[in-house]
Amino acid sequence: MIVANRKPFEEIIEMLKPYTRILLLGCNECVTVCATGGTKEVAVLASEIRLFRQKEGRPVEIKEFTLERNCDPEYVDALKPFINDYDVVMSMACGCGIQFVGEHYRNKIVLPAVNTTFDGVTEKHGVWTERCQGCGDCVLDKTLGVCPVTRCAKSIFNGPCGGSRDGKCEIDKETPCAWQLIVDRYKEMDMLYKYLEIQPVKDWSTSRDGGPRKRMREDLTI
Amino acid sequence: MRLSYPTNVKIMKVPCTGRVDIIHILKAFESGADGVYLAGCLEGDCHYLVGNMRAKKRVEYVKQILDECGIGGNRVAMYTMSAAEGQRFAEVAHEMTEKIREIGPNPAKLQGSRGQANITRTLEPLRCVKE
Repeated sequence: MIVANRKPFEEIIEMLKPYTRILLLGCNECVTVCATGGTKEVAVLASEIRLFRQKEGRPVEIKEFTLERNCDPEYVDALKPFINDYDVVMSMACGCGIQFVGEHYRNKIVLPAVNTTFDGVTEKHGVWTERCQGCGDCVLDKTLGVCPVTRCAKSIFNGPCGGSRDGKCEIDKETPCAWQLIVDRYKEMDMLYKYLEIQPVKDWSTSRDGGPRKRMREDLTI
Repeated sequence: MRLSYPTNVKIMKVPCTGRVDIIHILKAFESGADGVYLAGCLEGDCHYLVGNMRAKKRVEYVKQILDECGIGGNRVAMYTMSAAEGQRFAEVAHEMTEKIREIGPNPAKLQGSRGQANITRTLEPLRCVKE
C-alpha cells in the first residue's frame, strides 16, 4: 500500500487561510489502511480545522467526502455534482489522487493535506514500514524476498557495507541492515551459496531515473 | 451515599471507554463543551481487557490535536475508578470542573450555543446504554 503522513497542522491551516468553503477529500484505499486519510481521519481534520477557525473568528464550511478511490476516473466523477460549490479542495489521498482529481477538475485547486511517503506494509497495528521503491526490475528472487533497493540505505547489491553493526544499519540503531537480513534468509533456506554470486551493475533506467513511467495493456484499452 | 457533583457535568454513558473515539471528543468541543473527561475502569480491570488503555492513548492523541488548534490539550483528561467508588466519581467531577473553570470557556464556543443540549444532540449516536 501507499503510506502517507499527515502534514503538520500549521502548514494545513496556512494553505487554507484564504478559503471559507472547503471540500475535504479522503480515499478509501491505501490512506485508509495506513490511518492517514480515510473517513475517520477526514472527520478528525475537519473538526480540528473548524475548531481553529471558529476560535479565530473566521468560521469555515467543510464538506467531508471520501472517494472509493482517487486514482480511477469512474470514482473521481462522483465529485462532479458538488465540487463547484466549494472554493478549494483539500485532499488526504496520496500524491496520485491529489493530482488526478486536479486533472479532472481544472478550475479547482487541490491542496495536499498529507505527505505521501512510501510503498509499505503494516508491520503491526499502528506501525508501517517501507518495502518497495518500484525500481521496475525486481531482484527479490536473488535476495530471497528482502529488497536491497529499498531496505538498504545505499541500495547496494553486493553488501553489506562497512556501516553494518550487530545487524543494524549505521543510519540508526532501529533500522535493520538489509544485507544482514538477506544473509540470514540465505542461511534460513540453506542457500548461503547464493551469497557468493556477484550481482552486476543494475540498470536504473527502469526506475525513476528513466523518467515518469507508463504501463499499457492494449487488450484492455477502449 | 447521597453524594453531589456539579450540575454542569453532562454524562454520556458508553459500554466501555474503549468505545470513545477521537472524533467523539472533538465533536463535544465543537458543540461547545469547555472540557471533556473519560471516566474508565481501573487499569487492569477492563471487562473488555484493554478498552480503558486504548481510551487513555486516544486522550493523549486528542490532547495533541487540541494543542495544535489552540483549544488546549489540558481541557481533556482520563480518570480511572471502580464502579463502586461513588465518592471518587464525585471528587473527579469537582476536580475537573474546578480545573476547567480556571482555564476558562472553550475559545471555539459557538455564539448562542445551547451548551449541554447541543452536546447531547451531537453525541447522541454514542449513547448505547438506555437511561
